[in-house]
Amino acid sequence: MSAADIAPPLPKGRIRPGRILTWTLVFIGGVIMVTPILFMFSTSLKTSGQIYDLRLIPARPTLDNYIKVLADGRFLRWFVNSMIVAVAVTVSSVFFDSLVGYTLAKFRFRGRMFVFLAILSTLMIPTEMLVIPWYLMSANFGWLDSYWGIAFPGMMTAFGTFLMKQFFETVPDDFLEAARIDGLNEFTIWWKVAMPLVTPAISALAIFAFLGNWTAFFWPLIVTTSKELYTLPVGLTSFAVEQSIQWEMIMTGAALATIPTLVVFLALQKFIVRGVMLAGLKG
Amino acid sequence: MAQIELRKLVKSYGRNTVIHGIDLDIADGEFVVFVGPSGCGKSTTLRMLAGLDEVTSGEIRIGGRVVNELDPKARDIAMVFQNYAIYPHLTVRQNIAFGLYTARLSKAEKRKQVEDAAAILGLTPLLDRRPSALSGGQRQRVAIGRAMVRSPAAFLFDEPLSNLDAQLRAQMRIEIKALHARLGTTIAYVTHDQVEAMTMADRIVVMKDGRILQAATPMEIYDHPGDVFTARFIGTPSMNILAAQAEGGAYVPAQGAGRVLAGVRPHDLIVGGDGTGLRLEGQVTAMEPLGPETLVHFMAGPVPVTASAGAHDRFEAGQTVRAAAPVDKVHLFDPATELAIPRG
Repeated sequence: MSAADIAPPLPKGRIRPGRILTWTLVFIGGVIMVTPILFMFSTSLKTSGQIYDLRLIPARPTLDNYIKVLADGRFLRWFVNSMIVAVAVTVSSVFFDSLVGYTLAKFRFRGRMFVFLAILSTLMIPTEMLVIPWYLMSANFGWLDSYWGIAFPGMMTAFGTFLMKQFFETVPDDFLEAARIDGLNEFTIWWKVAMPLVTPAISALAIFAFLGNWTAFFWPLIVTTSKELYTLPVGLTSFAVEQSIQWEMIMTGAALATIPTLVVFLALQKFIVRGVMLAGLKG
Repeated sequence: MAQIELRKLVKSYGRNTVIHGIDLDIADGEFVVFVGPSGCGKSTTLRMLAGLDEVTSGEIRIGGRVVNELDPKARDIAMVFQNYAIYPHLTVRQNIAFGLYTARLSKAEKRKQVEDAAAILGLTPLLDRRPSALSGGQRQRVAIGRAMVRSPAAFLFDEPLSNLDAQLRAQMRIEIKALHARLGTTIAYVTHDQVEAMTMADRIVVMKDGRILQAATPMEIYDHPGDVFTARFIGTPSMNILAAQAEGGAYVPAQGAGRVLAGVRPHDLIVGGDGTGLRLEGQVTAMEPLGPETLVHFMAGPVPVTASAGAHDRFEAGQTVRAAAPVDKVHLFDPATELAIPRG
């Protein structure tokens, strides 16, 4: 069923008050969300002298900041660091969260509910509290100031496991049983049959995991000490602490940092739409 | 090709026993249909045969080999599911080839087998489509194709036609029967639709509450149902059953001692007929002209009864009618056990 089937068409020439309210709220929400981003791009095109001039379109736009930031080797290094961590964590969490979610959704075993609740309960603990055991773990295992140290907390997440479990529960058992009769082993059934049926969930999880790690600040700040291992958000703040706050440089770095998130979203968006279409099929 | 034997098969979930020690032999190449109402245990039996559910006690043999502890894939069976279970992310060709996933065949051999199966099922022009572009009947054919390419010892069908509309169902019945004639593979087929059972089976197994009530050829079951439940379940419209007693050579409705349960199929109970086996009288409640005949519903005392009349006969509600059935069409059942009373 498409959206058009649900919402009756609007009669021509008449606008309902409900619609006006909806559009107004959507508009306000849009403005609130988009304005900072516009200012980010705007500031990135200004010289340091112009940054307190709050005009959205700079009087004399310049690309100097971009040239400066890109020419600065540190930025590229941080960008690569962020990319390595975000990609590794995304791949890892999609893999493990799906595997665990699938097991919890599709296998009946003693203690299943206990394991699920134990995983779920970790969702209630705020990151600020988890940081302490993470740090102690990292210190004990010698993971401080390493890629592994930055990445390991996100490599398998309670949220992802929960999300994938819920989606796998919607996969009819017949699919898996048919594959079992066809002689596939359990891992292959998961990989070849179950995973393709939950592409929307995988795409959503991948977007969450990538964005979450791409923008992560708190933990990378704590676990890294050498500047060569900074991720982009941590690195960008060093523009603020060295001599003075270089807003135009921070904004330029931030603007460049949005590019991968846009790419990831646009690349995965079509899978979400296709996945929803698949889910509507009987059989 | 294989013979299937069930010996004292029991299935329990905790204390709840759903299959109560059933025994059945399915001959090599036989088409056996398990039929019964929801919850009668027919699907559970099939799933135990497939290896998808564990056997609590008893024995399953396929081709003479005890398979209780074998994985589904080691049992040399193929199964077709109610909701087809064909993969939406794969094309028809890939779906059918999935049946050969573990087969040690070259790519060319696999391709040939897939195309042969597709040709038999009329799927050749659809091989590169995805399931979303297929009709329900075509999807079910794909599921059958995936089962076929494995050339299994036996096919298991779990209500394969339930999701199809009436017309398609009738067509697929004929196709599956033709396929069986062509392949000669043993088939165990589960349905709750007695028409499917009657039209397709070499032998029907009627199940209720986890027990086999009767296992016989369709006509044997139709002509000589072993009990009241089977008598009512097989045949449409269902058999009229009412308490009766012998009076002047014929059975008439009765209450009290000395009575039996008399059953007669609507088709054999003729309005205005001169049969001497069972005579009924009552007021018409409804009439259904079917074309070749007209069904007349009336009340024989407290019991609603369906009888048949000529194609062009018409009755008013409230009108009194008499109907009669010949002696050899009246089935007698013991009122206590509900089992058929053998005719002496």
